[in-house]
Amino acid sequence: MTDAVASDLGADTRKPARFLYISAVVLLCAWVIVPIYFLLINTLSSPETVTSFPKPFIPEFDLGSLTFFAGFAGILTALKNSVVVAGLTMIMSIAIGAPAGYALSRFDFPGKGLFRLLILLTRAFPLPLLALPLAVLFIRTGLDDTAFGLALVHTTLAIPFAVLITFSLFSGIPIELEEAAWTLGCTRLTAFTKVVLPLILPGITASAIFAFVISWNEVFAAAVLTIENRTLTAFLLQNLDTSPLHLKFAGGFILVVPALIFIFAVRKYLFAMWGIANR
Amino acid sequence: MAEIQIKNVAKSFGAYQALHDINLTIADQEFMVLLGASGCGKSTLLRIIAGLETATAGEVWIGGRRIDHLSPKDRGIAMVFQNYAVFPHLTVFENIGFGLRMQKLPNDEVTRRVERVATLMHIEQLLKRYSGELSGGQRQRVAVARALAMEPDVILMDEPLSNLDALLRMEMRAELKGVLAESKTTAIYVTHDQVEAMSMADRISVMHQGRIVQAASPIEVYRNPSAEFVASFIGNPPMNFLKATPAGDGKWSVAGQVMDGPRADRPHLQFAIRPEDIQPAEQGLTATAKVVEPLGAHLLVTCEVDGSLFRAVLDSDMVVRPGETLTLAPQADRVRWFDPETTKAVA
Ligand SMILES: Nc1ncnc2c1ncn2[C@@H]1O[C@H](COP(=O)(O)OP(=O)(O)O)[C@@H](O)[C@H]1O
Ligand SMILES: [Mg+2]
Repeated sequence: MTDAVASDLGADTRKPARFLYISAVVLLCAWVIVPIYFLLINTLSSPETVTSFPKPFIPEFDLGSLTFFAGFAGILTALKNSVVVAGLTMIMSIAIGAPAGYALSRFDFPGKGLFRLLILLTRAFPLPLLALPLAVLFIRTGLDDTAFGLALVHTTLAIPFAVLITFSLFSGIPIELEEAAWTLGCTRLTAFTKVVLPLILPGITASAIFAFVISWNEVFAAAVLTIENRTLTAFLLQNLDTSPLHLKFAGGFILVVPALIFIFAVRKYLFAMWGIANR
Repeated sequence: MAEIQIKNVAKSFGAYQALHDINLTIADQEFMVLLGASGCGKSTLLRIIAGLETATAGEVWIGGRRIDHLSPKDRGIAMVFQNYAVFPHLTVFENIGFGLRMQKLPNDEVTRRVERVATLMHIEQLLKRYSGELSGGQRQRVAVARALAMEPDVILMDEPLSNLDALLRMEMRAELKGVLAESKTTAIYVTHDQVEAMSMADRISVMHQGRIVQAASPIEVYRNPSAEFVASFIGNPPMNFLKATPAGDGKWSVAGQVMDGPRADRPHLQFAIRPEDIQPAEQGLTATAKVVEPLGAHLLVTCEVDGSLFRAVLDSDMVVRPGETLTLAPQADRVRWFDPETTKAVA
């Protein structure tokens, strides 16, 4: 008798909580998915449908908008610029970030804690604050309006993440594995290439992709520091008021999709970086 | 020939001195165990020999060659780590063959040597697996096989069995001893487990606070501990100590009982006897039984003698009740004496 009452009570209190929980999940998912879904529909609709109302809920799989997008003057160059800048950013942030992550995890040196803090502090300065001095500096040194110059700025944005991700990767590899390799005939370098590198390669790839995405999505520095060699984000921003609606949708879609795919591919390492246990 | 000589080795970590002036010679093919409590510097000494740590002072020689300036790979050593350190991205075969591949040995030679040590360590059916698919005991076998495959002059082991469960540890202990004796390698084996040390060693170096207190055969360390620390550290239950005062002419008074002792001019000495070297007798130390533990093979009686704790291992047929007064006689030739000032043994 008391059992039945207790379980009834339990169900009563649990039901609203469960309802709230599920609605919250649905709401959050919708928050993210609905805009992306509309983006998808509009991208895959003919330019006429995009401007019409009401909108269909099922994409028509018309490639008109995308074709128009591809044909729009300068857009392919902008796309190419984006890829080049993001690629350079990826290479530079790993080339600089991974050794820093390794040093942080393997060596004790004075100021190590401060160094880690400083790495994070690089994110404390808003880019708009830095943009003007940077632009002046770049014009003086001739780096303005070059893919390399922009990649440098993007690298500074990506490096904290590259360092933190690789730091946690290297820390996850017991030093004994390297020591064992040393006693088995390796130098520090061969132990690194034969033991450490194969173990962290997936993680390095992930943090490289993450750097790529950071650069790919960055718009402010790109808009300020380039004129002729605009990246896709800067190009779309510049033409926002003049370009037709379907071009904006197609452009937005082209921007979002690679970022989404990449982030999904590296989600495990992002969780690891933020200390959230995955699975 | 791989005799190891450690000459005046010292090691400091900043202000903390982990090793003080270590001198030790280990004969070719000897099985030397470094025994001591956690934190006494065993691993540090082993890692200095391996080249994973640099000594602050002193020299290390292997086979008549000074090696303390060489990197680990050039010292002719192989090491087995406590946490196995089996490479997770390689198969068991490639793990065991890793060092051989680094030496650029031909493929068939690598295969021959890997298969030989794998058979020796009974892991020949695991060669295609990855370390994630192995149990702790199997990983330990891989780690030992990998070291043996190098055919090193010296094999160094840092608590290799301490992560295994008790039964497996006992099994591996005997097996490892056999395999190493057969391989004719000089071995240094670090452990904090005195049973492991006693059962495996040719010689034990007992370490305490960064010093080697005694280096001798297991039975010598057990029977003739050179210092009070060794006497109390080795043996379970540990040795009994009682205060002795001089009674003139090489006689000492222990708990009111006069005994023959060393002719030493000291205000007092420590009398020491192992619990199993005590028999009930007509004449002897007066003991009050406190706790009686029948352990099957024998009877462990914890008593009080002259206000001190005193343990006796007696015949399991004896009947002793707590509170009972016993008269216990130490076996005369097993009694040892220590100087409380220097803590060293006095003959
Ligand atoms: N890298 C290090 N830095 C500072 N202190 C250390 C380091 N390695 C060991 N120690 C200290 O040296 C002492 C001996 O350590 P260790 O040789 O590992 O002891 P054992 O192996 O006997 O347990 C310990 O007190 C330990 O804290
Ligand atoms: Mg240790």
